Amino acid sequence: MNTTQLKNDEKAVFALRELYGRYGYIPYKMSKFEEYDLYVRNKDFLISDSVITFTDTNGKLMALKPDVTLSIVKNSRDGEGVQKLYYHENVYRVSGSTHTFKEIVQAGLECIGEIDDYCVYEVLMLAAESLRRIADTCVLDISHMGILSALLEGVPATAAQQILRCVGDKNVHELASVCDTAEVAPATRDLLVQLVGLCGKPVAVLPRLGELLQNTAAAGAYEELCTAVCAFDGTALSDMLRIDFSVVSDARYYSGIVFKGFVDGVPESVLSGGRYDHLMRKMHRRSDAIGFAVYLDRLERLGDSDRPFDVDAVLLYGDKDTPATVARAVQALSQTGSVTACRTRPEKVAFRQLWQLNGEEAQLIEDHA
Amino acid sequence: MKTMLNIALPKGRLGEKVLARFEKAGFPCPAIHETNRKLIFENPEAGVRYFWVKPSDVAIYVERGAADIGVAGKDILLEYRPDVYELLDLKLGICRMAVAAPKGFRDDPRRTLRVATKFARIAGDHYAARGRDIDIIHLNGSIEIAPILGLSDVIVDIVETGTTLKENDLEVVETVVPISARLIANKAAGKFKAEAIDALVRGMAQQTED
Repeated sequence: MNTTQLKNDEKAVFALRELYGRYGYIPYKMSKFEEYDLYVRNKDFLISDSVITFTDTNGKLMALKPDVTLSIVKNSRDGEGVQKLYYHENVYRVSGSTHTFKEIVQAGLECIGEIDDYCVYEVLMLAAESLRRIADTCVLDISHMGILSALLEGVPATAAQQILRCVGDKNVHELASVCDTAEVAPATRDLLVQLVGLCGKPVAVLPRLGELLQNTAAAGAYEELCTAVCAFDGTALSDMLRIDFSVVSDARYYSGIVFKGFVDGVPESVLSGGRYDHLMRKMHRRSDAIGFAVYLDRLERLGDSDRPFDVDAVLLYGDKDTPATVARAVQALSQTGSVTACRTRPEKVAFRQLWQLNGEEAQLIEDHA
Repeated sequence: MKTMLNIALPKGRLGEKVLARFEKAGFPCPAIHETNRKLIFENPEAGVRYFWVKPSDVAIYVERGAADIGVAGKDILLEYRPDVYELLDLKLGICRMAVAAPKGFRDDPRRTLRVATKFARIAGDHYAARGRDIDIIHLNGSIEIAPILGLSDVIVDIVETGTTLKENDLEVVETVVPISARLIANKAAGKFKAEAIDALVRGMAQQTED
């Protein structure tokens, strides 16, 4: 298939569907609407808590889906082994920069059931591969919510949220003062400050992290992080992994590995995911789960280059030319690129070549290449 | 080719001060000192491009990736919550966000408190934390006259020396949050220009400590 006419997000969708299908993930199709109640109960899980609602004919308050994961979890069942699903859906939520509702194209996958070390690796690997399908230069930042949660055990919820925000902003100068105000033990405070500064390739970061977390409540989570990341050793993807604790997600929903993907040329993350066992428990499921979403709308300006021409060729024809003659000439020209046929020279179309139909033959009269 | 670091500078006195620090940190740009009306200056040898923007716009340039690095007041970061890294407190432009009211003002808890401010989110969060019901009146300037004319009971605004408040018979009732200039970075730039950004942060941190 010729993909040169496709937009970045469309190209990505083709590539991602092929990738996820290859690893046994099944496409998951869902309705555009969901009962509003689902989102009210899990408001904090949503990126933006504003939802477009309407009353259905039966009086139920419905919402245009702002998120896909919640719907998938709602329809999941315990005891069905590991379910591997992928989706490509439109969601509706407030855009961070414009503060207005936007239709956002999102792709992603969810792995639900008995999640073992291989499942965690596979999802991380597919996240990394997804980024590579989108751009040549990319980075997958990985963290573990269990490490931060263990260190913040016993800290009041409001202070813990402030601390997590400082960690997410790499704001060391305020992190220490928030910890002091919340009476976090000085040793834990210093540890948190060091975690923020620890970022880089796993091979450099993990040994130092191991020393720091030795004999702390976070040692178990550290082992999990090591197991997942070390599975990449010797693979081509290992070079794009970074340990970075500024990847923080809501600890009420996310329980383990969390990650964010960046590609060179897009100023924000294009992929986000993690292990969300806590959300599963909140929704009364025994199964564990891990997944991620790729924000396809953010790829719009990736590799943005001004297209000098709208079409490759314009074919001018006259009153005497029959539709069949014009069609044959268009057919011939379309072998080498896009063609538009018209009677008069188009004013607002940038074209590479201008052709004039003369009898059966098209003659080149302008070439701007 | 050397990685170019794009730095958004806030126009004005603060911008001049931070520029001096950036240059001392190893990112000089002789062209920026020439007298002209240009807004963008670059020094390819040092791998830096500076541009002057309105102080309140710096965070937008950085969040959207037009700038890799910028300097923004904590007030802007708290009000607009841009998704950026906040890497350093530069300890410049120090002031505070405060609640001010006419001298002798007493808050009547039976009534909704009318608050005039440019910083609706900061004021809203401050009073929400204490469960006080308020009515926010969003103004864009001359906030001090709002309580004098009876438009509001108090104001929430930036206070540097307090002279403007004094001259309008207002006084600080409480401090909401201390404010100073912060070094911010775009989150994606932090991944792909990490080396240059780290070098710059180290150079700036050293000067902050001195």
